[in-house]
Amino acid sequence: MDLNSIPILSIVAYIPLAGALAIVFLFPKEKTGPIKYFATLVAGLDFVVSLPLWFAFARGRSGYQFVERASWIPSLGVEYHFGIDGISLVLLLLTTFVGFIAVYCSYSAIADRQKEYYVLLLLLQTFMIGTFCCLDFFLFYVFWEIMLVPMYFLIGVWGGDRRLYAAIKFFLYTLAGSVLMLLGIIALYFYNTTGFLGYKGLGNAATFSIEKLTAVAAGMPVELQIWLFFAFFLGFAIKVPMFPFHTWLPDAHTEAPTAGSVILAAVLLKMGTYGFVRFSLPMFPQAIQTSWVLAVMVTLAIIGIVYGAMVTLVQKDMKKLIAYSSVSHLGFVMLGVFSLNMAGIQGGILQMVNHGVSTGALFLLVGIVYERRHTRMIAEYGGLARQMPVYATYFMIMALSSMGLPILNGFIGEFTILQGAFARNFWWAFSAATGIVLGAAYLLWLYQRVFFGELSNPANQKLSDLTPREQLTLAPLVLAAFWIGLYPRPLFDVVRTPSEQIVRALGGKTETDPALARRSAPPPATDAGAPAVAEVGR
Amino acid sequence: MIFSTSDWALLAPELLLTAGGLILLSLAVFVPKAKEEFLGFLTVLAVVATAVVLAIVAVAAPRSQGPVLGGMFVLDNFALFFKFVILLTIGLTVLASITYVGQAPYPGGEYYALLLFTGVGMLFMVSGSNLISIYVALELMALASYVLAGYFKGEVRSTEAALKYFILGAFSSGVLLYGLSLVYGVSGKMGLSDLAQTPVTGDGRQLMVLGILMLLAGLLFKIAAVPFHVWTPDVYEGSPTPITAFFSVGPKIAAYAILARIFYVGFPRFYADWGLIIAIVSAVTLVWGNVAALLQTNVKRMLAYSSIAHAGYALLGVLGFRTGYGLWGILIYLLAYAFMNFGAFSLVIFLETRGYAAESVSDFNGLARRNMPAAVTMLVFLLSLAGIPPTAGFIGKYYLFTAAMKAGYAWLAVLAVLASAVSLFYYFRIAAAMFFSEAAGARLRASYALAAAVIICGAGTLIIGLAPEGILAVLKNCVPGGY
Repeated sequence: MDLNSIPILSIVAYIPLAGALAIVFLFPKEKTGPIKYFATLVAGLDFVVSLPLWFAFARGRSGYQFVERASWIPSLGVEYHFGIDGISLVLLLLTTFVGFIAVYCSYSAIADRQKEYYVLLLLLQTFMIGTFCCLDFFLFYVFWEIMLVPMYFLIGVWGGDRRLYAAIKFFLYTLAGSVLMLLGIIALYFYNTTGFLGYKGLGNAATFSIEKLTAVAAGMPVELQIWLFFAFFLGFAIKVPMFPFHTWLPDAHTEAPTAGSVILAAVLLKMGTYGFVRFSLPMFPQAIQTSWVLAVMVTLAIIGIVYGAMVTLVQKDMKKLIAYSSVSHLGFVMLGVFSLNMAGIQGGILQMVNHGVSTGALFLLVGIVYERRHTRMIAEYGGLARQMPVYATYFMIMALSSMGLPILNGFIGEFTILQGAFARNFWWAFSAATGIVLGAAYLLWLYQRVFFGELSNPANQKLSDLTPREQLTLAPLVLAAFWIGLYPRPLFDVVRTPSEQIVRALGGKTETDPALARRSAPPPATDAGAPAVAEVGR
Repeated sequence: MIFSTSDWALLAPELLLTAGGLILLSLAVFVPKAKEEFLGFLTVLAVVATAVVLAIVAVAAPRSQGPVLGGMFVLDNFALFFKFVILLTIGLTVLASITYVGQAPYPGGEYYALLLFTGVGMLFMVSGSNLISIYVALELMALASYVLAGYFKGEVRSTEAALKYFILGAFSSGVLLYGLSLVYGVSGKMGLSDLAQTPVTGDGRQLMVLGILMLLAGLLFKIAAVPFHVWTPDVYEGSPTPITAFFSVGPKIAAYAILARIFYVGFPRFYADWGLIIAIVSAVTLVWGNVAALLQTNVKRMLAYSSIAHAGYALLGVLGFRTGYGLWGILIYLLAYAFMNFGAFSLVIFLETRGYAAESVSDFNGLARRNMPAAVTMLVFLLSLAGIPPTAGFIGKYYLFTAAMKAGYAWLAVLAVLASAVSLFYYFRIAAAMFFSEAAGARLRASYALAAAVIICGAGTLIIGLAPEGILAVLKNCVPGGY
């Protein structure tokens, strides 16, 4: 079947919505069993339906694929416009993958108001997928904002003790950033049509098409580009979150229920970095290459890496520790993206996926002991390796993946990013590398305190090891970590073309570093970067 | 002859509504308190009949004609749009009032009749094309409103609300009238299109500007813009809640209509004089409305301050008059506002008719458990008020923000979007109460009439949010090129 002839993206996006509506109208709220199995079925079906995209996606073809286009609000030039490129594809699949795990991992964690819970989880899934598929800014903004609502309720109803505070803080922070992005979108719209604030418009037909407006934005005068870059920057940077806009993150992550934390880490944070890669870079190339703007961005990214890691080091709460580590990891992604070269951008995209897999899994793991002991304080644990050997193994693998050990996914991403950063500036790479050292420190120290030593706390002596269901939620993530760690080439293949387009828009070279290309076995000219990295990875 | 028969035909909706009010007044004498629901449904019938007649007039009347009745009354698409919205708000108010008024120890006939009389005043207001006819219609609306505010005459707060509203309203009318006299004194004209064509130079110009600003002050009082807003929280808190809901939409929308008409048709060449003032008033109103709402724990007062903030957003549209986006933005925004604000208030009414004081946010505690559809609908209204897509409030605010950007007030647009983000904080206190708090108690059911009002508001909010094209296309025709 030709996927281009059916609205496959809409189908993937709206399966969870349809499932949510079915739960609302067909299931009485007392029937919690059927509700959760049905929700799992829907999320699983969505993942299965999204898989053919990976195989049907034409690598090496520029532009968007599986495009759907229909008029929505003609008076404004707003269209219902879906389509994906390699970057969206990777994140879309991450979303359907993690979404399924999030539903499946909630069986025992959520005992209260289950019907509402699964409805919200599925709604959130639709909105996240929609955001990655949008090719129209207006539509993008709609998905981008509405996504906050289910997340707000997931944190607020099923969260920890300070859930109210965390939920509203999450909502307000992200909203404040995105409304300024809305003004940026409006400004772009006017620049393309009738002009505003003394800027003469281009007189084109009204449109919100991302493709069209990206081209228009790239041709704007530099000072306007800088203004608009910062309008978009706030929306994205708060979502990432970049230092100093990260303060909502530890609260939201810590208070959210496990599935909420997993989705936050794996997908919602990626919205910000996705925004930078897909929008900011190609739209405002001159603004970004203005030296002070770039300096600010890279400085913030590096502060995020180092400061994030240092704060992580002193956390006493396991979940908060993982949450703060995200600040550091996302700093890496930003550093890669703002290296503005092939390695940096590809590494950044890969690291988005890696962070989703590793940090998502770590949140799952923390959630598992929390369900058993109702505490996340590191001091309460110790010696768990004796009591829960399988659990300890999973935890070790994911901790190693998160700290960037070779043969696991984190290494590939961090290495490629450092390679990109090094090509720009030695000191960028150097400062970022200290973050890796600190990363190893906080994860190993955490592991040591929780798993090694005597099983001194009597409360821990009755802990049971992982159930089969828990193993089933973790196993796919472990497999993904090894797959990316050992054979990242398919991922690099998918994101190469869009990355090349971005680097070209930035006026940079799309060739990969020849020193690396040389080492790779027979390199087809267009295929140089990725396998080289894979080699190094082994 | 100045008044021809065909001119009178154009007034058929207004005449019908007046007749409806008079019939209600006389019928009320014979209807016992227990059967007053009947009067309520009769009022709905009168409003619907008026809307039908209005639709017939709209189709039949030639739209190209200018003002009739000696230049006092104009029936253009702009006026028609507002008339329909006004009838909508009155209809909703009546639906929301039936149970509420039935439970109150006061006669309902006069209540419904007065409501229709404010409606007549507003219908004339939005068609006014002469400062005098606008003023007279405004007073008709205002006088009936003062009485409605004090309708619970045995309750101190209701009486206080009426008194405050009356004194401040009378004062603002005085200011407006004084401004009007200055304008007339300088230009010798009262008709809006005549005013636009009368050149004013020299010393007269300053007096004229003074007159215009006083007119503006009088109108800003009606829309409750800072610093003319101080009456709003007390009046909103003290009035019977359906009347509060009505005040927050009906009279405000009508006042916006004439504000738009007077300044757009009458004084476009003085834009330089009033533009910046509107911008400043808008900025102060947005900020103060939202900040003050943050501090409220009483739901009615919170919604009162929120409606002040919304007046500030709508002023962005007034700023954007010269760009075409402004007027269009005001129309779509006010329609959205009518649905979402009335909707939010009708949920407050719902709680009040079910034994809650509906004073503090905690009265909403656990509503999700006790009536999930009501809680979800309230959530839609709250999202819309906060301007989150895909709701009517977002589409409306989108237009206003574009109007401000286009008019060159980027700083104001930035302020407005940030204020709008802040507003989420207090709106979502209600959402948090509804969904996060537990409250014991049985299921709550709404009366059919109130449920109908809520459903209409909810449908309007979602339809404008999800599929705005239909209404946008209609509204395009309501902003005639002559403007």
